[in-house]
Amino acid sequence: MSKTITIDGKAIPFTEGQTIMQAATAADVYIPHLCHHPEFTPHGSCKLCTVKVNGRNCSACTFPAAEGQEVLNNTQELNSDRKTITQMLFVEGNHFCPSCEKTGNCQLQAVAYHLNMLDDHFPLFYAHRAMDASHPEVLIDHNRCIFCTLCVRASREHDGKAVFAISGRGINKHLLVNSTSGQLKDSDLDSGDKAAHICPTGAILIKHTAYQVPIGQRVYDHHQINEVSLASEHPHGE
Amino acid sequence: MTAFLQELAKTYGYQANHLLAILRAVQARYHHIPEPAIEALAGLLQLPRSQIIGIVEFYSFLHLQPQGQYELLISDSITDQMLGKQDLISYLADRLQVSIGAVRADGLVSLANTSCTGLCDQGPAGLVNGLPLTQLTRAKLDVIVSLINARTPLPEWPSELFAVHDNIQKTDVLLSRTMTMGEALQATFDRGIAATLTEIDRAGLRGRGGAGFKTAMKWRFCSEESETTRYVVCNADEGEPGTFKDRVLLNSYADQVFEGMTVCAAIIGARQGFLYLRGEYLFLHEPLQAVLQQRRDAGLLGNNILGQGFDFDIAICLGAGAYICGEESALIESLEGKMGIPRNRPPYPVTQGYLGKPTVVNNVETFLAAAAVAVQGGDWFASIGTGPSKGTKILSICGDCACPGIYEYPFGTTIQAILDDCGAHDVLGVQVGGPSGTFISRQEFDRKLAFEDLATGGSFIIFNASRNILDIVNNFTHFFAHESCGFCTPCRVGTSLLKKQLDKIVDGHGSAGDVAALESLCQLVKNYSHCGLGQTAANPILTTLARYPELYQAKLKKISYEPGFDLDAALATARRMADRHDAAAHLAQVGEDYE
Repeated sequence: MSKTITIDGKAIPFTEGQTIMQAATAADVYIPHLCHHPEFTPHGSCKLCTVKVNGRNCSACTFPAAEGQEVLNNTQELNSDRKTITQMLFVEGNHFCPSCEKTGNCQLQAVAYHLNMLDDHFPLFYAHRAMDASHPEVLIDHNRCIFCTLCVRASREHDGKAVFAISGRGINKHLLVNSTSGQLKDSDLDSGDKAAHICPTGAILIKHTAYQVPIGQRVYDHHQINEVSLASEHPHGE
Repeated sequence: MTAFLQELAKTYGYQANHLLAILRAVQARYHHIPEPAIEALAGLLQLPRSQIIGIVEFYSFLHLQPQGQYELLISDSITDQMLGKQDLISYLADRLQVSIGAVRADGLVSLANTSCTGLCDQGPAGLVNGLPLTQLTRAKLDVIVSLINARTPLPEWPSELFAVHDNIQKTDVLLSRTMTMGEALQATFDRGIAATLTEIDRAGLRGRGGAGFKTAMKWRFCSEESETTRYVVCNADEGEPGTFKDRVLLNSYADQVFEGMTVCAAIIGARQGFLYLRGEYLFLHEPLQAVLQQRRDAGLLGNNILGQGFDFDIAICLGAGAYICGEESALIESLEGKMGIPRNRPPYPVTQGYLGKPTVVNNVETFLAAAAVAVQGGDWFASIGTGPSKGTKILSICGDCACPGIYEYPFGTTIQAILDDCGAHDVLGVQVGGPSGTFISRQEFDRKLAFEDLATGGSFIIFNASRNILDIVNNFTHFFAHESCGFCTPCRVGTSLLKKQLDKIVDGHGSAGDVAALESLCQLVKNYSHCGLGQTAANPILTTLARYPELYQAKLKKISYEPGFDLDAALATARRMADRHDAAAHLAQVGEDYE
């Protein structure tokens, strides 16, 4: 007899050691997220995956599933607050979708669409952030970094390197490249590294590929992020 | 520099978990962390250089850019402000010919603000190269300026500049009895380890940091873990503005605190303990080391303590200016030489704490009380206080009162009784528990000091009727934005948005709807943040908004909408570029015409 939790009233089986996110994904239940990726150690920082577990807010990506938990996920209150958190990410950085080459393939943009975010709501921070175009094949646009640390984790856990780190405190957080000059060209990043391809936004981009797939034919131009996410992150899926 | 760094790394056994201590030493010597030091330490400690930079940029007392040979910091706590700090720092900047937040051109001196230094009962206060300066006046600043300009070494400065007083104003069972060294430990072994844990349980002792988790339960959980390497950590990262009781306890009752830690170690089976001392209390470091040495000499630390075959020792780790490290899992990260970012929980520290091993983290006062319980038993302690809140609480009282300082009260004491004792008159309200706690109004002074009513880690700030509540809230809200670690979105962005939104209202740019928007933002930050910092960062606004909504409403303009930006200020750059200073180059803010 397998153990179960309920998510929005539906029984979801889980195995010991699984997080709520893992159990949900395996059962084809989408929980919005940005810093979570099934291949890497959960981080729990973006807070988009916040769900109510027995009445208490928890990050689904880090919180262990336990027998009998009643989880609320797809509720109006949670989705409304997730939208607000997404708006926070938009105003903190400089995210101008129409001029961004990641548009249509961007998870931040896709989550915003999914949550029906129609404006920024908050005043923009207009943070001064730099570009690093030093590397011949990979570009960093710090304006679009949301500090999800996926590149940090991918470099460390998959590539066996430590190309990226997050530095600074509070609102002064920033992505750091591990090289003496601080520039990407002097790091040991290879364009084939997982870390170069994992960014959910347009902060880390592969050069010379920008518009090979035309706008209108991109991933989220035709599919909602919940479909794409479940299709790619389902443990038995492709 | 190479030789210095090599020696330093060697002293710390080339261990990356001592990185914070190593960087503190580099900062003290070079007044910043120079690039060659980063490169050398990356090699010596086998660390990515980005990890070292990450630490430097996280802690307020470490710098990538050179600071002055005299690093002057002035406490920006609300109590320092009430004592005239703003005037003093301007005077100091003027006399030193340096702007606030900058280094003087000759590199001799730098001046900046810093979060509460834990000297609120003897402010305005500051730090010079980490050492406390108290009861600052213009006259004292004149002396300091002369000493700096004459390049007088700190050891030759008049000692009265650095005088820190205990100001113990009222004692009760804990502070009135001085324990003899080893008394609690001897009592623990005489009674038996398990029986002593039972006494602590009977005492009903709860954590004194503010959250109030049952101490005996925490110790029992830790002792029952299958992993046998366990640690005891004393949280002396007393960063809540307005709190300074741990400073006094470590100055005058340190032996009893260490004894409490040792009793805990005996009960949970730990061989190593740590005192995590906030960087602002650097001046206590040497005296505390001396107390530890006395205890070693007396056979109360080290091997085979009291002939019981029990080995235990305590090391002191210094913080480097980060309020967040008072959160227990952030503190553990910091102990491991990392950025103080709170961990995901579960697992909790009692299961996986320092280096992933079971760890008990308790407040200074909790260990003090535990030692007393070990001597006098649980019933004695439980006879004091209220049903759910046993024993006494030590308060740091400051702000508008005749006698600021340390007061010990049985739980259940009313706020009015406390105000009467410390000579507070014409009181507007009291901030109980610091900025993360509750602001209570004069209608509530019959409320009680207790976990079930007004819980506090010790901060008790009094405001008289001359104070402006919105100034107070503004100070606290800026404090949280400055101290947010930045890990999670709701706190990182939310505390900055709270600051902007509150500034907008306080500066008179708010319009209808802005108070409601502020409140809903507060709720989001409170409900979605990762740790206690974010979950309480909106408390100053929420607790005052509930009590004084009219104060906020009165600040609003009588128009339906006011843009979040200042239109005229936004044109400043354009005016400068066009060299225009005439009236036509200025624009009135939208809506002014409608007032």
